Amino acid sequence: MANGVSDVGADAPAGGFVQLLTPDGERIDSVTTADGTTYSVDFTDEEYRSLYHDLVTVRRLDAEATALQRQGELGIWASLLGQEAAQVGSGRALRPQDMAFPTYREHGVLYTRGIDPIMPFGLFRGVDQGGWDANEHRFNGYTIVIGSQTLHATGYAMGVTMDGKTGTPDGEAVIAYFGDGATSQGEVNEAFVWAGVFHAPMVFFCQNNQYAISEPLERQTRIPLYRRAAGFGFPGVRIDGNDVLASFAVTRAALDNARNGQGPTLIEAYTYRMGAHTSSDDPTRYRIASEVESWKAKDPISRLRAFLAKQQIAGDDFFAAVDESAKTLALELREKVLEMPDPQPVSMFDHVYPHGSPEVDAQRARFADYHASFEGSDH
Amino acid sequence: MAETITLGKALNHGLRRSLEGDDKVVIMGEDVGKLGGVFRITDGLQKDFGEDRVIDTPLAEAGIIGTAVGLAIRGYRPVCEIQFDGFVFPAYNQIVAQVAKMFYRSKGKVRLPIVIRIPFGGGIGAVEHHSESPEAYFAHTPGLKVVTCSNPSDAYTMIQQAIASDDPIVFFEPKRRYWEKGEVELGADLSGAFPLHSARVVREGTDATVLAYGPMVRTALDAASAAAEDGRNLEVIDLRTISPVDYEKIYASVRRTGRAIVVHEAPGNIGLGAELAARIQEQCFYSLEAPVLRVTGYDIPYPAARVEEEYLPDLDRVLDAVDRSFGW
Repeated sequence: MANGVSDVGADAPAGGFVQLLTPDGERIDSVTTADGTTYSVDFTDEEYRSLYHDLVTVRRLDAEATALQRQGELGIWASLLGQEAAQVGSGRALRPQDMAFPTYREHGVLYTRGIDPIMPFGLFRGVDQGGWDANEHRFNGYTIVIGSQTLHATGYAMGVTMDGKTGTPDGEAVIAYFGDGATSQGEVNEAFVWAGVFHAPMVFFCQNNQYAISEPLERQTRIPLYRRAAGFGFPGVRIDGNDVLASFAVTRAALDNARNGQGPTLIEAYTYRMGAHTSSDDPTRYRIASEVESWKAKDPISRLRAFLAKQQIAGDDFFAAVDESAKTLALELREKVLEMPDPQPVSMFDHVYPHGSPEVDAQRARFADYHASFEGSDH
Repeated sequence: MAETITLGKALNHGLRRSLEGDDKVVIMGEDVGKLGGVFRITDGLQKDFGEDRVIDTPLAEAGIIGTAVGLAIRGYRPVCEIQFDGFVFPAYNQIVAQVAKMFYRSKGKVRLPIVIRIPFGGGIGAVEHHSESPEAYFAHTPGLKVVTCSNPSDAYTMIQQAIASDDPIVFFEPKRRYWEKGEVELGADLSGAFPLHSARVVREGTDATVLAYGPMVRTALDAASAAAEDGRNLEVIDLRTISPVDYEKIYASVRRTGRAIVVHEAPGNIGLGAELAARIQEQCFYSLEAPVLRVTGYDIPYPAARVEEEYLPDLDRVLDAVDRSFGW
């Protein structure tokens, strides 16, 4: 079977997954999957500590965002709670030249790209629709329609090949993020077809967090998602999505395969959405508390912390310092969100067309005149 | 160098010139490579520019447009062929939700210079889904520009202008006019060309203004010739650009003639004619001698080929509308 997975880990789903750090914080040196690929990591103590720092930071920022939403400062928030390892591990596997195509939940990946965490908050506060330069940040705009960005990523990756930027260790690779629900979209399946046919230098990174809003995985698939890849002609690997080491190792290997001209890989990060789909959702209507509890025991941060403590790579002082720096960053984020000005209403007419439009220009002018007509009146 | 060629060949020449002029231009679609497209619009281009520039894609329209978005983000200028009008709907999501909105969403930081070529309209005796006129769906979508050519000369120029534009453009091609011939100035400098988003008065007249685009321009011109025999002098305007519409040129004409008749193949209900009628009555109210009339397809699915001639606006229906306008 080309799509190998290990069967290690007592908590693994049937068929297994690649796991390098157990929920108890035990390191597994390496995992060799059925196709003969061996995955491992070779981190320094400093790198381990840095991974922990990122995991804690993105969780803390996420919590701040949830609080901001509850306080009415954000219109909506899509929490990444529980998916920190999948995002931080895969995000840190990207090299600077690589390009990421996120959904609307990849705040952790965004952070690992070195981007100011404030960047997507205009979208969630409702002051803009995103508004960043995909190429400048090597991070595409948040895409809300489910799965559409997988085609964008594939086209971009075709362009990488056409530019002659693959086939070497310095080549470029592309990663497309999506969820378990997205795998039912026609567009995602078309992206798989295209990527296979054109041998696109890319990684499909599916965070299977078990739910598409309320619908469980069983409503999307009869087989494990990673096995879909075989039908499209490229490898699929399932990882423990709550294990930041596995997420890093497998994504790094898949990206390097892509940049070296080996074509696409599908990674299924088996994880769990600990929070609601968004702040508008009530997960108690469709899932039971014991299920959530069982996933709490597989928490991505506590397992790394246990490992760091046991191996004496980090101690309480370090953990406290990370918490403190994350809190500081969260408070800075809060301030920036609160300072975010509402846009001028007339600015809604901006950027409809690169070359403008006489129709939009006329409507902008009428809008401005209409508002000006109230100046000095009681309106 | 003026040559007399078909509209289809003019498009082919225009595409070739765009491929020559900018190595970021790529053509993609179903059967556009070896076959040269089912209408041969891309004939010979893959042979001369290679499989990376003229890409035979998998058979999935959302995939064509979705990957074009990614290529555009990468810096390419994709020219996508949708094989027939009725096949565009699988790509509708990508066109309306992504192509149209990416520039706005990114506050102007991400441009998608994509051209989506769609052969449209009926009159070729085809089966279902091969004769539709879906332009209003796209003209209704902010962020897209929509144009259509009616003659070989415009086809040659407009396709190049559309490709050179950074706006996402849906480019409707009047498929039943692909084989009509006209004189084209091949190799002419684009900088002095008639602007892409401008309507053109294709026949000057004084008694009524007939507004048409794409395949109906020929019909309108034929009607104007027939009307002239009855002593009615019709002005015919080829809209060329459907979104945005070049309204000033229309208003100027209607204010002179006092009568307007809009002709299109698409169903009339909520069609382009409805918008034109609303605008004209708002801007030319005191000049109008009669209500703005529409000659359109009926509000039914496109019918079977054996009765399509009864569905499509033709010379007689245009003249009938002219009569009704004068009878007001």
